[in-house]
Amino acid sequence: MGDSGSIWLPDAMSTFAGEVDALFWFVFWTSTVLFVAVIGVKIYFMIRYRRTDDTYVPEPVHESKRLEAAWIVLPTILTLIVFTWGFQVFLRISSAPPDSYDITVRAQQWSWEFEYAEGVTSFSELYVPVGRPIKLMMSSEDVLHSFFIPAFRVKMDIIPNRYTSVWFEVTEPGEYQIYCTEYCGTEHSGMLAQVIAVSEVDFAAWLVSQNQDLPPVELGERLFEQCAICHSTNGERLVGPSLDARFGTMRALADGSTVLFDEDYIRESIVNPAAKVAEGFQPIMPAGYSSMSAKELDGLVAYLKSLE
Amino acid sequence: MEMTEADTGSVNYLNHDRSIKSWLLTLDHKRIGIMYLIAVSLAFLAGGILAMLVRVELMAPGETIMSADAYNQTFTLHAVLMIFAFIIPAVPAVMGNFVLPLQLGAKDVAFPKLNLASFYIYLIGVAVAMSALIVGRVDGGWTFYTPYSTSIGNGILFVSAGVFIMGFSSILTGLNFIVTVHKMRAPGLTWNRLPLFVWSIYSTAIVQVLATPVIGITVLLLFLEKTLQIGIFDPALGGDPVLFQHFFWFYSHPAVYIMILPAFGIISDLMGTFSRHQVSGYKFVALSSVAIAFLGFLVWGHHMFVSGQSAVSSIVFSLITYLIGIPTGVKVINWVSTMYKGSVQFKTPMLYAIAFLFTFSIGGFTGILLGVLAIDIHLHDTYFVVAHFHYVMMGGNVIAALGGLHYWWPKMTGKMYNEVLGKIAAGLVFVGFNITFFPQFIMGAKGMPRRYYDYLPEFQGYHLLSTYGSWILGAGLFLIAFYLLASLFKGKKAGLNPWGSLTLEWTHTTTPPHPHNFIETPIVTRGAYDFHLAKHLFEKEGSEMSEVVTSPK
Amino acid sequence: MAHEHSNHPAHLHHHFVSSEQQFDAAKMGMWLFLVTEILLFSGLFVAYTVYRVWHPEVFAQSAELLSWRMGGLNTIVLLASSFTVALGIHFAQKDNKKALVINLVLTFLLALTFLVVKYFEYSSKFEHGIFPGANFAPHGISHGVDYAAYNVPFAAQFFSIYFVMTGIHGFHVLVGMGLFTWITIRAIRGDFSSEYYTPVEICGLYWHLVDIIWIFLFPLLYLI
Repeated sequence: MGDSGSIWLPDAMSTFAGEVDALFWFVFWTSTVLFVAVIGVKIYFMIRYRRTDDTYVPEPVHESKRLEAAWIVLPTILTLIVFTWGFQVFLRISSAPPDSYDITVRAQQWSWEFEYAEGVTSFSELYVPVGRPIKLMMSSEDVLHSFFIPAFRVKMDIIPNRYTSVWFEVTEPGEYQIYCTEYCGTEHSGMLAQVIAVSEVDFAAWLVSQNQDLPPVELGERLFEQCAICHSTNGERLVGPSLDARFGTMRALADGSTVLFDEDYIRESIVNPAAKVAEGFQPIMPAGYSSMSAKELDGLVAYLKSLE
Repeated sequence: MEMTEADTGSVNYLNHDRSIKSWLLTLDHKRIGIMYLIAVSLAFLAGGILAMLVRVELMAPGETIMSADAYNQTFTLHAVLMIFAFIIPAVPAVMGNFVLPLQLGAKDVAFPKLNLASFYIYLIGVAVAMSALIVGRVDGGWTFYTPYSTSIGNGILFVSAGVFIMGFSSILTGLNFIVTVHKMRAPGLTWNRLPLFVWSIYSTAIVQVLATPVIGITVLLLFLEKTLQIGIFDPALGGDPVLFQHFFWFYSHPAVYIMILPAFGIISDLMGTFSRHQVSGYKFVALSSVAIAFLGFLVWGHHMFVSGQSAVSSIVFSLITYLIGIPTGVKVINWVSTMYKGSVQFKTPMLYAIAFLFTFSIGGFTGILLGVLAIDIHLHDTYFVVAHFHYVMMGGNVIAALGGLHYWWPKMTGKMYNEVLGKIAAGLVFVGFNITFFPQFIMGAKGMPRRYYDYLPEFQGYHLLSTYGSWILGAGLFLIAFYLLASLFKGKKAGLNPWGSLTLEWTHTTTPPHPHNFIETPIVTRGAYDFHLAKHLFEKEGSEMSEVVTSPK
Repeated sequence: MAHEHSNHPAHLHHHFVSSEQQFDAAKMGMWLFLVTEILLFSGLFVAYTVYRVWHPEVFAQSAELLSWRMGGLNTIVLLASSFTVALGIHFAQKDNKKALVINLVLTFLLALTFLVVKYFEYSSKFEHGIFPGANFAPHGISHGVDYAAYNVPFAAQFFSIYFVMTGIHGFHVLVGMGLFTWITIRAIRGDFSSEYYTPVEICGLYWHLVDIIWIFLFPLLYLI
């Protein structure tokens, strides 16, 4: 099934993905065989019993009880096999090994935040070590989201006021796509992130490099990853206004007035986004970013200032 | 006395009173059925145009013809229109209304006034739901998951109120049909002799009556959540969003059977009639519909395997889902084996039945994949689900409904449509449908999430193919609209029983039917598909077969 | 239309064969409608049960704020009205027009009483800031009860459910009053007899359902 594997499913990159795939292919091929059989018989009947004599009225067929029983018993056995199999794999996917490495995931419209046990956080990129079970504890700051990595065959809804979790163990280093799969508003389809799977050694090194105190501009640049879904820094128009080389200029607002693009305006636009809306844009920026710390706000201001 | 050609041209339900008022205030189930046909066709047209816009937008990643907000509202409106204003009422309210009393040998449904009221309630419901367009944006799909749905503008109030009102229409129609089937059958028409279309509409009606009140209370609570913030579903107020999903799917899964059971009935009638043969496993097909109607209430949780519900619930729901899958699969085998040793004729309606067996089987098998817990985790909320849903709803319900429409069109209008164009259109619909939706299975399995405005470039090939398919599909549907409308003006006069059917609407009344359906109450002496007991009707080649015994006074 | 049945009684619609068939159909239709009503309320009972299981103490505590005396009074009022409507059907079957009308009017008045009691109950809640949902802000002291003490998490859910359930039930009482007005007028006009009293019977069925739902609401909300 190797070749068709690449047509239907993405490469299997977690420890249990192969088991899910095996089950998928079992159901897929069983269904295909049954489907072809049913359609084949259908076409045969269509040709063999097509009407040739308009006055001919066929006699009813004596229905074979044995055949009828077979139609019911055979699919029942097949589905019970599939159910039991699916149930076992499901249990494996549902229960994380006790020695998992925990990462906290916070989802909000329309960005991801990953917080590691060492107090390090990252946005849009989830760093994980290969060959170690990872458990994600996930919660939402606003509406429902859903965490999906096709290559790992994992998915779980993320709910406000409650934790949900997924676990996986990556088998090979690489970059893997993360999607949000529960509709969450305008930029739902932009709520993407990458898994960066690296070796244990590289992962440890990455954690150390992240733990140093960053200069404000670099901190701001990293924080800006979650803003970049809606705001470009190259003049391109996204859902929100582009923020390139704006600092110190006068900007037009939706209510017709103008405002100076300065530290205060940046701060206000993050903490209370609906207060001053740029001309030509909708007031759809989520209010969730108001919880940023003073240091983080400083970083963002410094970063936007640095854009020339 | 044999019915003569002259008699068929005499008084019928269309020509006995032509005033507008006589239509708008009619209590005649046939006219109400026709009014529903016009209304749901318009809903289908509007929903279809929106679908085309969705497909065009998805031809390339990023903005193609509309903004993200516009796209999100377009697919939402497409879903709301197609599900609540089209598919749910389509077969029961159009063909159920027109055909059911005729097949029962009744003069009308049990409560004609209620029937007319249902129609206007439906129109009001659609109007209220659509006024959301004026008030503000509604996006997020037809599922209205909280808290997103309560976080957007007030448009959701109108949509939920509209769905509530349309629900009433659905309840009253179902109630009417159940009583009609129980109390209005002609003498001799025992349960074992009922056409399978009646059985399926009866099963559908059970679901309509039992499930719709639950969506009623759900959207009412959603409405109150938005207006009064009652805090039942909104987590910010201490509510539970997953509870909303339970409420929603407790209705919406059975609602899937409101959409598919009537299709089973049409396919059974078509397979029997055009094979001129007993429908294989009649009792099984009849009773399993009723069983599915009830079992359908126990599987809602299979929409929620990744919602955070407990693992135990997921396992139980998965198991029960299979219990429903098996009888459905056996039905497909029954339909196929109806042709065995039959005399199969390939008129346009039959082509749809044949197409249905293909598309619905794919819908069914992919449903099995989705029912497997471990696989569903991967496929949930991807295009695989979108494709599966459309294979069941469009490949199942709509294709069957088109078959039914072509089958009963001569009875409804008294005119034959162009058979050649009919066959071409059936081919276009079948090919276009598969090209549109089959690629969606593949991209879904590869990870393309649903409700995505923008997507990664690797999926573009599938999206392009899907969009091209939708054009073929659209062309087929427009062709159908064209020749059906043309048949009203230029169509050949339809005979009494052009398909050689054995159910009462073909054998015991005029074409189009008399205003009171039957001159004399029919007395039924055989089952709906006992062709071998009615050989005398088929003795002369090409003859019009009818047992209409008296002419109008 | 050339379709006259000279032997048809006036109340018999043309599409029915006999009065019996028409009566059976109407009754079956009404029973089905009652099933839908029960399912409508069942959604609310589920919401009630779920929240009660999650927060049993809050629900028990919040229920103290509801007046079981007023609820009890209303229970008696509704039971009495169920009795009068049953009497009404009885007298319709006996062709006793006067007694039928009296009982229908009595039923109407009892329904009105129910709503008046409900009005006082609601206003005593509103007075102390007990509103459904986000506006829930209990305050003030009356009869030695400090309302503010009841402002605990999920008390708002209890009162939301209370208001929604009793509100929808109250709406049904209102609809019932409309129905009784209608059949009282028809009864005075002399439409009903032992031959034909289907509308009375059907409104009676509806009213019994309204009563039964209250029988469940009262202990669940007020007593436990």
